[in-house]
Amino acid sequence: MNSNARMNRRTILRGMLGGAAVSMGMPLLDCFLNTNGTALASGAPLPVRFGTWFWGCGLNPGRWIPQKIGTDYDMPAEIKVLAPYKDRLSVFSGFKAIVDGKPAVVHYTGSMSILTGSAPKDMQSVEAPTMDTFISDAIGSTTRFRSLELAATGNPRDSNSRRSSSVINPAEGSPLAFYTRLFGPDFKDPNAADFVPDPAVMVRQSVLSAVTEQRQTILAGLGSADKARMDQYFTSVRQLEQQLALQLQKPAPLEACTKPGQPSWSETKENTQIDVVTANHKLMAGLLAQALACDQTRVFNMAFGDATSSLRKAGSTVTHHQLTHEEPIDEKLGYQPEATFFVDRIMEGLLTMVTALDSVKEGDGTLLDHTLMLAHSECSYAKIHSLETLPMFIAGRAGGKIKSGLHIDGNGDSVTRVGLTIQQALGLPLNKWGTGSMETSKTVGEIMA
Amino acid sequence: MNRVLKFGVAAAFVLGTLVSCGNNDEPQSSGGPIVVRRLTQEQYQTIIADIFGADIKIGGRFEPDLRKSGLLAIGAGEVSVTPAGFEQYDSMARGAAGQIVDEQHRDMLIGCKPASVKAPDETCAKSFYSKVGRLLYRRPLTADELNAQLAIADAATVKLGNFYTGLAMGLTGMLEAPQFLFRREVAEADPDNAGQQRLNAFSKATRLSFFLWNTTPDDELLTAAENGDLNSSRGLARQADRLMASPRLTAGARAFFNDMMGFDAFADLSKDTTIYPKFTNAVIADAQEQTLRTITDHLLVAKGDYRDLFTTRKTFMTPLLGTIYRVPVETHEGWEAHEFPADDPRAGLLTQISFLSLHSTPGRSSPTIRGKALREVLLCEKVPDPPGNVNFNLVQDTKNPQYRTARARLSAHAIQATCKGCHRLIDPMGLGLEQFDSLGEYRPTENETPIDASGELDGVKFTDAASLGRALHDNPATASCLVNRLYAYAAGRAAGKGEADWMKYLDTSFAADGYRLPALMHRIVTSEAFYRIAAPETAAVSSTKESAQ
Repeated sequence: MNSNARMNRRTILRGMLGGAAVSMGMPLLDCFLNTNGTALASGAPLPVRFGTWFWGCGLNPGRWIPQKIGTDYDMPAEIKVLAPYKDRLSVFSGFKAIVDGKPAVVHYTGSMSILTGSAPKDMQSVEAPTMDTFISDAIGSTTRFRSLELAATGNPRDSNSRRSSSVINPAEGSPLAFYTRLFGPDFKDPNAADFVPDPAVMVRQSVLSAVTEQRQTILAGLGSADKARMDQYFTSVRQLEQQLALQLQKPAPLEACTKPGQPSWSETKENTQIDVVTANHKLMAGLLAQALACDQTRVFNMAFGDATSSLRKAGSTVTHHQLTHEEPIDEKLGYQPEATFFVDRIMEGLLTMVTALDSVKEGDGTLLDHTLMLAHSECSYAKIHSLETLPMFIAGRAGGKIKSGLHIDGNGDSVTRVGLTIQQALGLPLNKWGTGSMETSKTVGEIMA
Repeated sequence: MNRVLKFGVAAAFVLGTLVSCGNNDEPQSSGGPIVVRRLTQEQYQTIIADIFGADIKIGGRFEPDLRKSGLLAIGAGEVSVTPAGFEQYDSMARGAAGQIVDEQHRDMLIGCKPASVKAPDETCAKSFYSKVGRLLYRRPLTADELNAQLAIADAATVKLGNFYTGLAMGLTGMLEAPQFLFRREVAEADPDNAGQQRLNAFSKATRLSFFLWNTTPDDELLTAAENGDLNSSRGLARQADRLMASPRLTAGARAFFNDMMGFDAFADLSKDTTIYPKFTNAVIADAQEQTLRTITDHLLVAKGDYRDLFTTRKTFMTPLLGTIYRVPVETHEGWEAHEFPADDPRAGLLTQISFLSLHSTPGRSSPTIRGKALREVLLCEKVPDPPGNVNFNLVQDTKNPQYRTARARLSAHAIQATCKGCHRLIDPMGLGLEQFDSLGEYRPTENETPIDASGELDGVKFTDAASLGRALHDNPATASCLVNRLYAYAAGRAAGKGEADWMKYLDTSFAADGYRLPALMHRIVTSEAFYRIAAPETAAVSSTKESAQ
């Protein structure tokens, strides 16, 4: 590059940064700010949100599946705690993962079948991205964060969200770090009276555009796998640029949004002790609900526990997972009481999450009404790693796009029917989903509004 | 002289035995594809400390690494950066750049002063970016790259009214650039071998430096790349000798063994503290350090035989470890050398707390997990996962009066034909370590019943942990596994089909060199095969990646 070109570049950059200050009302990425800003300001429907809520080691057979199919279903012992939300919660039983000769990878095949529509070939890979990534591309591209991943266990690895075998969106494990990321200095309160764009943010934007401008040079000569990896990197850079662009723009007011207070307590180290996990999760659920209400993201993935459920009681490291295999079944009760202690705590956690969504008033209803949250585990009966009748629940009504309050019996159909239904309800142009015996074009018609 | 230029001064002596005469007997090798590796957390931190000083704090979280074919170093060639991960890189980069230009550091680290603090100064910015950029990108910046940074510094200085703030913005961009975060290799035509490809000199320098020092190439190595020295066998050997003679070789070797031994898993390790009250984070840290010290002392200081790591009675102790090993430790803090007596049940790495505790369940020892680790980590074999519907009741009920030891429980469990095949392969080796509990403490009995630690490893009988170590020492797979892992670690990928002769050659010469690690490392870094890049049509990138899975 000669010095003329350099001067040009410099002039452009200087002009860009200077000009942006003058025309601060101009959206930097007007394509999305128009949809976002004006849509809400003009009274268009509130955004629909999608989330997953995951726990490990399933539920006990005979203790969670309602007898009655359809509406007004009964709530057996392990899901009784969710009774206050029965009319906004659907229970899915009788849906299974089908491996087609691939190994049934314990504590993994079940969740990945639900989320990717394909049975993975080993513990380290997925055959397709998890559906939250498709959904976030479709409904989450206008928000500050395309999606947010959380793990109440504090472990960033406890995340199911994958764009490929090697691109795993890491989970945020600390409520305080999560708070800072969402509501720290970079947060622009949509309801604040005054708005002053930060010149340093403009400069940061120009730093990132200089990085993305090199994309072609960097990709040149790479093989396809490496190209895809580098493209993922540039996508990530673009997403940060987009976050910064939003910070330079006065956000549209959002009635439901209130900036939460900073959590006073935060367990930052990974900790699987059940009381710590429960407290972490409660803080995170509250912050997440506010993040959704403030339209910082429309997609989330919350892990209450890890797949080989490491939850344990204080002073013990005998984990929930170990108990599911080792604890004898109590003959009188008919189940493993110590392991079931954790099942009950997990379902209480699910109640906490649903309550957090429901406690934010939004429009004519609550945030929960505008959300579709899929709660699921990775196996049915952990003692034998069963992939039959994988427990799944859908909370919320997706802004009226789905019906709720139903018990659906899949009668041995593939779990992909549920995933296909969710993606269709959220507007993805799919008419079939899944691979092998799990490929399906049959939605769960009962819940489609 | 500022720190940037001082970085990486190596020890001035050269080991006589290592002065290279080239690997003239080296067989032809196809080489493999180029690899694009993401920096690991340790590498990122070391590089910042090397270039800017250890007092630059890096606040932020790194994305989890990925283990493939037994190594994080191979996974590094498959991972990318997620949006959440990039946010962290951005925050770390801004944090580091802010410190580098603050009043406390700027004079020492920038090396020049602007004419005015309030205005751009291209000369100063240019000298800083060229100097630092060369170390960060592991090659000189291109004119385009340099100009882009200068334009950012210029515009940011004007916008924000401060030269140093502007300079930090450009530096931030470099610290989050793909050229820094990913070690991308570049191939070129090999003028000495018509029709063949090799790594270019900067990529060579990078492989050398990360393999031997686990950090970015220093000024001298980059200069050797620039002036063509690395493309001559004499020049390459000179640099290899210099790097190998440096005390920083220890950091390189530690990084490799940390990876090979899977010590990253300690981050997720927990023990039942009601059963093992001695198990604390301090013990975990000391246990890993003990093993790494034992390894580097034996292999690099004493220049010992790799296989002897499994029989050696020499190690190092802290007072904390002394309470678990039940040996007196004189020093009140820090480390002291220790040698177990010849009749002690402890001998070799297998009987160290790191191996024993990492490969156990939280509440009890597990011959199966230990046996599997031994096969996979130390012999490079792949043990299939158990079927999903196993009934573990028998194995896990340690209070069953009928089956008082793990051996009894396992033999009752593994009676089914589907279980037998694998258990026969892994249990006997794990049972050899049964005299050590889940934490690694010695216990000759379980439930008042003496523990029989005898068994067989690939046809060689042993009676206890020490003789299991001897059997491992004598097993040919032990040494070839090390060769295999070390080469894959250095190259960032598993050896391909076209490298079979080369790997065989490394096996043979490792034996001929008395199984000395430095000799093996030296042979790899001074070879042609290590830098050979297969042409895309013969490289079979996809098949290499598949075999890596």
